[in-house]
Amino acid sequence: MIVIFAIVVAGALLAVVITLLLQRRLREKYAALWLVIGFLVLILGIFPQLLGWLTTVLGVQVPSNLLFALAILLLLGVALHLSWELSQAEDEIRRLAEESALARAEIQELASRLDALEDGTGPESEGAA
Amino acid sequence: MSDRSSRVLVIVPAWNEQDNVGKTVKEILDIDLPLDVLVVDDGSTDLTTAEASAAGAKVLTLPFNLGVGGAMRTGFTYAHRQGYGAAIQVDADGQHDAADIARVLDALASVDVAIGARFAEVGDYQVRGPRRWAMRFLAATVSRVARTRLTDVTSGFRAANARAIEQYVRYYPAEYLGDTVDSLVAALHSGLRVQQVPVSMRPRASGKPSQNPFTASVYLLRSVFALSLALLRPARLMEAKKGPA
Repeated sequence: MIVIFAIVVAGALLAVVITLLLQRRLREKYAALWLVIGFLVLILGIFPQLLGWLTTVLGVQVPSNLLFALAILLLLGVALHLSWELSQAEDEIRRLAEESALARAEIQELASRLDALEDGTGPESEGAA
Repeated sequence: MSDRSSRVLVIVPAWNEQDNVGKTVKEILDIDLPLDVLVVDDGSTDLTTAEASAAGAKVLTLPFNLGVGGAMRTGFTYAHRQGYGAAIQVDADGQHDAADIARVLDALASVDVAIGARFAEVGDYQVRGPRRWAMRFLAATVSRVARTRLTDVTSGFRAANARAIEQYVRYYPAEYLGDTVDSLVAALHSGLRVQQVPVSMRPRASGKPSQNPFTASVYLLRSVFALSLALLRPARLMEAKKGPA
């Protein structure tokens, strides 16, 4: 029963990730980790004896402990990746905000100079400010 | 305002290419064709912007690095807004022979997208190992979709007419490899005609390309992944287009 459940969960995860990829709502760099996790769960679901074998090889007491440890490790990886990407995205947003502030200041400066020109007062008599 | 529909925009994506970009721009401007050069400075930390404008190009400076795909998106959007009749991508590093620009543009008389291709019996460009297999595999698969022989689908030397520019503005992936392979497959799926023009490639004017077997193998895997996704996408794209049109 638990075997079927694992296979269904893995299949659903893979289907969702691939659908999102095809709809371009998920970028490849985020999808890669989820695809790896999906395939691992699928393999463990199809060959549950693999977990028992790994448990004895690694010297872990209970198979479920190994499963939880692996799950925590993978989720830790995903969380770290997301934090890293978010930091990068924040940095890029900050730079865009700077650019837009600078661009606005430049446009205002140009607009005021244009106004001065149209009023007939030459830029040399009023100054550029 | 002059009529731009008869003019060609040469888009040069450049990232830290201060040593090459000036020379490349000058070479392009020397060609006897009605063209304007737009250098998209992809967040360079060197003097790329200054060198490019000194050489006579229009420059768009991106605040941070977006990758070639992102830079080309910016360039195509500019071409679209300014109403250019055609656009051609030329790399800043001097690999693309400016003398071939006219030949690639000539192909636009009969098709929507023209690709200047290496390995097409001209020149002596050499690639080995997994990177070569990746290029072979990509070329064979995309050729089947295009129903015409394409030998170099990752070439960045490509021209687009107004119809193709419009499609690129709608969809031009900025992902790794997306800018070449995915954009080409998307163009084919939306009914654009593609043809390749054999050109020779020169070695990079300065700096050297990566030929490490590990990165080349990763490249092979990523290209298979990107291509499979691109090929699986058409049905959805067509569905989406039926809605508003």
